[in-house]
Parts: sequence; C-alpha cells; structure tokens
Amino acid sequence: MNMYWAFGTVLLLLAVTAPAALLFGFGGASAARSNVAPLRWLGKGYIAIVRGVPDIAFFLFFVIALDQGFEWLRHQWLCPDWDQPIRQGNDFVVCQAAKLPLNSAPQWVHEVYGFATAVLTFAVVFGAFAANVLYGAMRAVPKGQTETAAAYGMSPRQTFWRITVPQMWVYALPGLSNLWMVLIKATPLLFLLGVEDIVYWARELAGTKTARFTDYPHGDWRIWYFLALLIFYLCFTKLSEVVLERLMKRLTRGQATLGGTT
Amino acid sequence: MSCWDTVQAYALRSLGVGERLLPRDDFTLCQQFTLIGSGMIWNIYFGLLALVAGFFLANALALGKAARNPLLRKPAEWFIFIFRGSPLFIQFFLAYAIFTALKQNVPGASWLTSAWAGALVVLFLNTAAYSAEIFYGALRSVPRGEVEAADAYGMTGWRRFRRIIWPTMMRLGWPAYTNEAIFLFHATTLVFFSGFPAFQQKGDALYYASYFADKTFNPFIPYPIVAFYFILLTLVVIGVFGLINRHLNKHLPQDARRKLRLRPQMIR
Repeated sequence: MNMYWAFGTVLLLLAVTAPAALLFGFGGASAARSNVAPLRWLGKGYIAIVRGVPDIAFFLFFVIALDQGFEWLRHQWLCPDWDQPIRQGNDFVVCQAAKLPLNSAPQWVHEVYGFATAVLTFAVVFGAFAANVLYGAMRAVPKGQTETAAAYGMSPRQTFWRITVPQMWVYALPGLSNLWMVLIKATPLLFLLGVEDIVYWARELAGTKTARFTDYPHGDWRIWYFLALLIFYLCFTKLSEVVLERLMKRLTRGQATLGGTT
Repeated sequence: MSCWDTVQAYALRSLGVGERLLPRDDFTLCQQFTLIGSGMIWNIYFGLLALVAGFFLANALALGKAARNPLLRKPAEWFIFIFRGSPLFIQFFLAYAIFTALKQNVPGASWLTSAWAGALVVLFLNTAAYSAEIFYGALRSVPRGEVEAADAYGMTGWRRFRRIIWPTMMRLGWPAYTNEAIFLFHATTLVFFSGFPAFQQKGDALYYASYFADKTFNPFIPYPIVAFYFILLTLVVIGVFGLINRHLNKHLPQDARRKLRLRPQMIR
C-alpha cells in the first residue's frame, strides 16, 4: 500500500518545492543585482557554487551537511556544558538532546523531517538555477521601461516591484519551464535523501546489489512496475508541456515580443 | 605506507588490478584521492564510449526526425520523446529489469546485466536521444541560402548533405552539444546508484566516495574530492570540444564565430 502513497509523495514534493525554489531563485537573483557589494557577491557566489558542482554529489553532500549543521547549532544551544569534542576522529557526536529528530520522537516525525530536508535541498539547488534564469529575465526587460519609470520619479525600489518584476515573467518562462521539466525528472533523486518515494520502492524491488546472482522462481513483474513508472513520468512531462504552452500564450498577450504581437 | 605505495596499490583498483581489500580504518587523504580517482576511470569509460557511439545514432535520429516520411519520422520522434521525457534513473532500473529477464530467457545475454555493458547501453541510447534533439534543432536552423547555393551548384542528395548541410549543422549545434557532453559525464555517476551492481567493489568515483562517507561519517572530504575530479574532467571536455569548435568555425571571420556558452541543465 505504501507503494501507492509514494506517487503522492512525489507530487507533494513537486508542489512544495517549485514555489520554494522560485523564492530562493528570486532572492538569489535580486541579491545578484543588488547595489550593495557583499550582497551581490553572495548572490553571484550562490549561483556559481551550486551550478558548478555535479548534481548528485551535491545532493548526497548537502543533506548530511545540513543535518550536521542543524545538530551542531542545537548542540551549542542546548548543551553548553558539553566538554567532549564534537568531532571524535571521524565520528560526529552531539549530546542526546540535540539529536534531530529526537530518538524518542514518533516515526512520523522522522519521516516529516526527512521530507523537509529533501525539500530544502531541492529548493536550494533548483533555486540557484531559477536565480540564474530570473537574473537573465530581469536584465531582459527593455531598458526603456525602467528609464520611463525613473522619469516618472519612481524610486529604484518602486521601479523594481512595479515595472521589472511584472514584466520579467515572460522572459523567464521558457527557462523556468525547462527547469520544471528538469525538476520532474529530478524527483527520483529523492530516494538518495532517504524519502520513501517511488524509486525507493523501485530500488527495493530491484533487490540488493547482488541481485545479479539470484534467479527468480516467479515471473518477473518488476519490469511492469518500472514500465508503469516510465509511463507515469512521460505522461507528466507531456501534460506539463501542454500546460506551459498555454501559460506562455496567456502571458505574452499584450507584450511587445514576437509572441505577443500576433 | 607512503602515499606512493597507496597509489601503486589502489590506482587501478576499480579495474580489479592491485590490492584487493579496500582500506577499512585509518583512512588517509591519499587513499581517498587515489581510490576515488581510480573510480573515475569508469566514469570516463562510460562517458567516452557512450558519447562516441551516441554521436552516430544521434545524427541518424536527427535526420529521421526531420524526414518527411512518417515511417522514419514517427519512430525517431517517439524514441527521442521517451528518452528525454523520463528520468535517466528510471531508464536504468527498467533496463536492468529487462536485462535480467533477458538473461533468464535468452542464453548468452548475461553480459548485459553487468554494469560495464548494460549501463553503457542505457547511457548510449539516452545521450543519443538528447543529442538528436540538439542536432535536429541545428538542422532546422541551417540557413536556407546555403542550401539554395548548393542547389545552384548542382549538388543533390548525399553530396549536398555531406558537404553543405552536415558541416553547418555541426557548427550550429556544437555549443549545445558541448553542454550535453558535460552532462553525460555527470550522469555517469548514476550508474552504480541504479540497479547495476558493482562487481567485487569495482565501482566508479561516487561509489568509492560513498564508501568513504559511510565509513567515516564525514562527507566533507570524499564528496569535494569527487567534485574536484569532475571539475577537472569538465575542463578537459570543454578544452577538447572548444578545439573542435574552433576547427568547425575556422572559415568564418572572428566575430561571426559561435562561442561556446556553458548552460548546465543539471539532471536528466
């Protein structure tokens, strides 16, 4: 039965991650074009670092780092009189009270915590990509528009919120929809983060790493499961394509672009 | 054990040559660098072979997709849609399941279930689909004037394609194809995380990295090492593809040349 809920997990992840990543991206892009130099470096650095590192290495690395980071913070907060070093050789030791989630917590807390770290990781990684897209989109808004706004006496902040932001979406949409497709296809990486999603079950079914030597007595129905997964993703991709196409048509209405003039 | 001894013992460990036992405790930085570097051999092997073989299939598929005959066009379209529309992960799992089933029913197909062949087949088909889409786009943006000029010279069919259309198609598609190549190399890290088993601990870079991370509970050393190796590999790919790009564009004036623009698209 859990196997069927896994599809829900994937959809939920997409529904939560996409806005979160957009938020990260928006923040990153705004920071990258800020006038304050440290903030600009922060934004540009964020975009550069996440994009430069191979995907999975980042996924594997980031979750553990995040986990340990949280635990370390809680450790500092909750156990100030802890005298042993936190890194004992290669082990990472914090006091019992700082463990996250608590050892005594019920099962669902563990699951929710795992899901939350997964969402955060996805949001940070895809946020960097979205930041890059939005950064380009903000610069693609015609210069005349912002200059007109300045001529009307709008402050830079007002210009940003009233002129740039509403108009950038058209330029951002092709990039963002590409990103969305990638995000759909990235959801199988969830299982790396320990969330019981469809691929987790797929892997369970695929057996252990020594499956090479086993011969199954029964017919091999796993093929059909994977095939169903494949078709699920294909349908999802196709559906997204259609919806995004419509959205693009809707957004370009009344805009001075090639799509909008027709 | 000095670092040089470690290199001698483990440099080819991923191919099964040298010291058999992986280090179990007292991990040194040198061991991690050597073993992960040894795993990179597999990444390069998968990436390189899939890229070279996929290039030819991609050309055929791009032509197929551009063909007027639906008997050629439809299969190419479907092939590209299926491999581009689904996660590579699922493709690996499905392929592994199919190959194990094949192994039981068809004698002599057992080599397909081992990573060196099975994963290579999947990567090959996958990169062929992605590259085919790139080449198809390039093919469609070949300037009409060039084709008309070829017609005016009396070139037709194969000769026109080989001398005029194909070189221009390569030239137009090459920057995007460079990105594809980089991502193919990144995608090779998926091999040992999908169903394909690492036989006798002969895994790729990420396999050893996760081994170290599991044993030491410290991800801050092995994964940055992987990242380091991949950045090196990416630089090499960019260099080689840049040279080819220069060759393809050498007849053009300096400012009309297409620059390589890296636009990573991450996961497939």
